[in-house]
Amino acid sequence: MSRIGKIARRTFLVGSAAVVGGVAFGYYAYKRPPANPLLTDLDEGEAALTPYVKIDNSGITLITPRADSGQGAYHVQAALIAEELDVELDQVTVDPGMPDPAYYNTALSAEAAPFRSTDDGFAANSTRGIMDAMMKFLGMQITGGSTTVPDSFEKLRLAGAVARETLKAAAAKKTGADIADLTTEKGAVILPGGGTLAYTELAATAATMDPVNDVTLRDPSTWRLVGKEMERVDIVAKSTGTQAYGIDFEIDGMVHASVRTSPCRGMMNGFDAEAARQMRGVIDIVQVKDGVAAVADNTWRAIQAVNAIDVDWGPAAYPSEQAEHWQALSDSFNADQQDSQFRDDGDVEAALDGAEAITAEYRAPYLAHAPLEPISAVVQVTDDRVDVWTGTQIPRFVQTNVAKLTGLDTDQVFVHVLMMGGSFGHRLEDRVVREATEIAMQMKGTPVKLTYSREEDTIQNDTRQIAMARGRGAVKDGKVDAYDLGIAMPSVVASQMGRQGLPTPGPDLQIVAGAWEQPMQIPNYRVTGYRAPELAPISSWRSVGASTNGFFHDVFLDELIHAAGADPMEERLRLCWHDPSHKTLEAVAEMSNWGSDPGPNKGRGVAFCMSFGVPTAEVVEVTNQNGAIRIDKVWVAVEVGRVIDPVNFDNMVQGGIVWALGHAMNSEITIADGMAEQRNYFDFEGMRLSQAPDIFVKGLENGDTVRGMGEPMVPPAAAALSNAIFAATGQRIRKMPMNRHIDFV
Amino acid sequence: MKLTVNGTAHEVDVEDDMPLLWVLRDELNIKGVKYGCGVAQCGACTVHIDGEAVRSCQTAAADVWGEVTTIEGLGTPDAMHAVQQAWVDHQVAQCGYCQSGQMMQAAALLAENPAPTDTDIDIAMNGNLCRCGTYNRIRAAVKTAATKLQEA
Ligand code: FES
Ligand code: FES
Repeated sequence: MSRIGKIARRTFLVGSAAVVGGVAFGYYAYKRPPANPLLTDLDEGEAALTPYVKIDNSGITLITPRADSGQGAYHVQAALIAEELDVELDQVTVDPGMPDPAYYNTALSAEAAPFRSTDDGFAANSTRGIMDAMMKFLGMQITGGSTTVPDSFEKLRLAGAVARETLKAAAAKKTGADIADLTTEKGAVILPGGGTLAYTELAATAATMDPVNDVTLRDPSTWRLVGKEMERVDIVAKSTGTQAYGIDFEIDGMVHASVRTSPCRGMMNGFDAEAARQMRGVIDIVQVKDGVAAVADNTWRAIQAVNAIDVDWGPAAYPSEQAEHWQALSDSFNADQQDSQFRDDGDVEAALDGAEAITAEYRAPYLAHAPLEPISAVVQVTDDRVDVWTGTQIPRFVQTNVAKLTGLDTDQVFVHVLMMGGSFGHRLEDRVVREATEIAMQMKGTPVKLTYSREEDTIQNDTRQIAMARGRGAVKDGKVDAYDLGIAMPSVVASQMGRQGLPTPGPDLQIVAGAWEQPMQIPNYRVTGYRAPELAPISSWRSVGASTNGFFHDVFLDELIHAAGADPMEERLRLCWHDPSHKTLEAVAEMSNWGSDPGPNKGRGVAFCMSFGVPTAEVVEVTNQNGAIRIDKVWVAVEVGRVIDPVNFDNMVQGGIVWALGHAMNSEITIADGMAEQRNYFDFEGMRLSQAPDIFVKGLENGDTVRGMGEPMVPPAAAALSNAIFAATGQRIRKMPMNRHIDFV
Repeated sequence: MKLTVNGTAHEVDVEDDMPLLWVLRDELNIKGVKYGCGVAQCGACTVHIDGEAVRSCQTAAADVWGEVTTIEGLGTPDAMHAVQQAWVDHQVAQCGYCQSGQMMQAAALLAENPAPTDTDIDIAMNGNLCRCGTYNRIRAAVKTAATKLQEA
């Protein structure tokens, strides 16, 4: 690493492309860890041992900087700290803390750099190191890309261990006991005679001492919490209606606002708010960028009022009909728009020459995130301070953007992250905060709560990308011989980072993610990404590029396997060279009793996708019930390195399957007249309880890296469903949503 | 107008057509009841009126015909209803946002039908959307709660 450090300083420090230049500079400048944010915010008697643990005489607080949108992130982070700190989870307060560069997200960079997750070579690791430095440089405190667990796994345990050892040192100092004779348990140091000193009593002493950094992490065999079934820290609150979410936040003197901005994502020509102004409870009607807001004395009145405003919207900032969006994708399969070709094994053209080519085209639509809690934010602007209370995955960007809008410094902006009622990527955008800030700037001193109506949340959603793929392939001697997949989509990263003012030069890995890096040994194997022009605004939707590409890649593989006359499981097993991936296929074959007769009118489909470094194999079993498909069972085997909490893991994987299958069945956002046609859950439904299959999950621990599990179950699911429908009916479904082509029960 | 919520009588001054959902959340500050869709599509706003599960987003304040119970009135962290205890035992919640409505729906189902079949559960719970996809656990928790209630 020292060598790459030198190269970085000499070569990249000046004048390279933005990312490379930024990377190298960041790496150098941020070799020292950023300042501990808690040290500047401590009351007397409080000792901050690391940025993740706070102890004072009233209690122990674990700081969990990765936001929680329902995936149990607070719980997992708290458990990792508690494991080494020797506290019980019911003894501590969990606090997401204030945004600070010290909480940069290290694991995300592993996904940003263009190396396969299975690639451990020198170039791969050193580039990840540089990207890591860039994350520090940008202070990217974001929650996404399934990074919570990998990012936290060592860092948080280390924090707990350093805290514990320092508290022991404090106890030794206080009592004169030999540190070697001290142990810890349940938030206290146990003294040699059996007496105890609570951590809270040691906080003041520990504050005066240097932290004990020389610690060794405990052997996994001794873990009390990690890997065991735990009760989630928020489970009682979430089972009694006492969990407060962003939308529930109240503060004295607060007013309520609701907003409508251009449904065409363009400009507003003008509006007439006469009627709205007369409505009961309406305090004001104010303009925001490309739209208008009603401010009232409660949420419902604000929503009623804003809907009563007559607005003249400008034209759409993109093609106004859905067919034109598909056409743009269709036109993108050409050399000029080629974005990447990271996979090109063997000689695809030669293998296809003279062979009987099998071709297919696939489509995946725009999709909304539509978490059940509509987006909201409370903002209070004064002359020298702004407070923001909101459920966000990007508190640092929020802080910067609010500072820009208000003209204040970032350290005058305080972002309080609240619990989120789901996100799935939705809260990686911050428009609700920007708009709330615009309103609050026009009502200085008054806290303004902006709540989107469900309709506004749907219509303003920065959706999942639409994508299209074209496959050409050939088989030989009962085996898959040539596989050539082209994928066209607009760049999610460019659209999303563009809204944050960040440049994104170079190929967009997401265009081919979930396809190019699959551990399959096909003799002639090529995956090409084509960059479609920017169309409607798009953003990260649970599993991002892989959410579409996992479907394309595996269904096309399934088509070739069938053409070869091979067994779908056997041929995937034969092709897969990566041992941990192979084991997921073996496991799912065993779980589903693959090869046994599923019974009349039933069919099973298998699919595999590695995304975010997580190999995942799934089998779906369906019944053809008089021409309508019923999804009966799903088996999932996933390699995550280590399962932190088996219950939370099982729940999240099941949920991701429901998510993926529900959208594949019946959901899409379509554009007409320049705006999304869908408005609410009646036309964007997802899966209902009566449609939910039984889902059986197995977490494998064969890999050497800890991986997060928020997303990788999504990409193979739609493919396994399509493959199962083919097995049951002979009908091959290549376009989502599938209910346009076949009925579901 | 007068409203009795979780055993407490309230006097509220609101429009006749303000949905009960918003009277509860914004006028009475009872926040366990959630806004998800506003159009009877998600069930997040489910409360009981005289024991019957209703969508509070579609119930006008003036039309409330009886005593309202919200998730806070069903049970508390220290004294949970059997349904809530089952939700804890099965660790149903992910984001948890839909779960107040799910539990209110389940409690009303079990009050009326102490031993629901799988089909009964499917029908009763189908209007309650869970975007996090906790359906397998919801089914299991409803069954556990049914057993507990029958034993009691
Ligand atoms: S908010 Fe009432 S059903 Fe969705
Ligand atoms: S737990 Fe999140 S919507 Fe149901």
